[in-house]
Amino acid sequence: MQIFTCILLGFLLVCAISVSLSKNLLNSILIYMSYSLVMSIIWILLESPDLAITEAAVGAGVTTILFFLTLKKIRAIMDEKKGEEDSQDEELKRLEEEEAKGGEENE
Amino acid sequence: MSRKLPDDEYRKTKSFRLKQWLDGTKDPFLDTVEMKAQKPFEEDQEEKKQFDQERKTRLTNWVYNSKRNRDVTAFRSLYRICAALFCVFLLITLLTAVSWLPTEGEEDRPVNNEVAERYIESGLQETGAVNIVTGMILDYRAFDTLGESHVLFTATMTVLILLRLDRDKDKKEQHANDRVYEPKNDVILQTVAKILVPPIFIFGIYVILCGHLGPGGGFSGGAIIGAGLILYVNAFGFAKTERFFTAKTYKVTSFCALACYSLSKCYSFYTGANEIESVIPLGTPGAILSSGLIFVLNICVGIVVAGTMYTFYVMFRKGGY
Repeated sequence: MQIFTCILLGFLLVCAISVSLSKNLLNSILIYMSYSLVMSIIWILLESPDLAITEAAVGAGVTTILFFLTLKKIRAIMDEKKGEEDSQDEELKRLEEEEAKGGEENE
Repeated sequence: MSRKLPDDEYRKTKSFRLKQWLDGTKDPFLDTVEMKAQKPFEEDQEEKKQFDQERKTRLTNWVYNSKRNRDVTAFRSLYRICAALFCVFLLITLLTAVSWLPTEGEEDRPVNNEVAERYIESGLQETGAVNIVTGMILDYRAFDTLGESHVLFTATMTVLILLRLDRDKDKKEQHANDRVYEPKNDVILQTVAKILVPPIFIFGIYVILCGHLGPGGGFSGGAIIGAGLILYVNAFGFAKTERFFTAKTYKVTSFCALACYSLSKCYSFYTGANEIESVIPLGTPGAILSSGLIFVLNICVGIVVAGTMYTFYVMFRKGGY
């Protein structure tokens, strides 16, 4: 068990350093998420399961998703498919057309 | 009206002009200042061309030339040295502070005082909760937890104020944008969500309801349910969740939960301060319906936390339900 704890603590150190050194924001968020997961295991080893549950749900789950959304908002995550902007414009046009149609029908 | 001055003289005085200005019969600047219409700004085309041509040479010769900007290079190196020094200083300070801490597990640590002793020895009888931690945070220190719930509620309100979209155009744009990023009928995600979401909800409810018996409690259970809701939204879209969870649902449930928490705590503070016997039975420790108010408070905190997590997600994603 001692060795297991040492391995986990070493993993924590590596994660913490690589978060600050990683150039890619997406990568650093993923590393941060794994840091939270390892931390929750360490909480169980420290005999506080309450904290472990909370850490796994909030630290690894919700916070990471909020970080992803923020990156999407500031356009730091590049889109996988090309022409994302075009499809967005198309979507907008389509919505407007739909609305215009609906308006005509109402009239 | 009677006036001493004759009419011609009166017209020259300042009071007459003021009266005219006030009445709006005459513009005071009309005959005194020359008025001209504003000319539209015209750019000198040749000058602009030259400026654009010289742009590259200017950048290489002036801006990015390290020999020319010696003060900037000096500042950069100084900045790096100062940052390293600050890091070392911080490291030394923090490590010194840690070395002053009492060693782990020592018998006469300042933490091991009569408060902790009281909690451990008579916590079960006084609160009825098998899980001492829950007994502590929802009975002995319930006022702190009330503050925490309100902090969460205030945080949601702040996010609402900052990120909520009101104008129709913005909303439509955000809607279109959201549709692009939203996976349209992703089979893998939907199947996984179908299998995983019900157990996640049941586990969250279990963690909330058994907060006084085992590890868990309102906060962790609420966070689990919130995460399950977010997974559900990601898989099936907002149209499905809005059938049972809208902004109105959030407002009503969290208001009811916070009000219920405050009122029940008011009751227990009142009885405790006046040394009146509380009517609420503690029950047998270990049973699901036991430990008095803790059971109710756990549910309240769970509702607030689950709603808060989900609202955060919705606000960040499209700025409104």
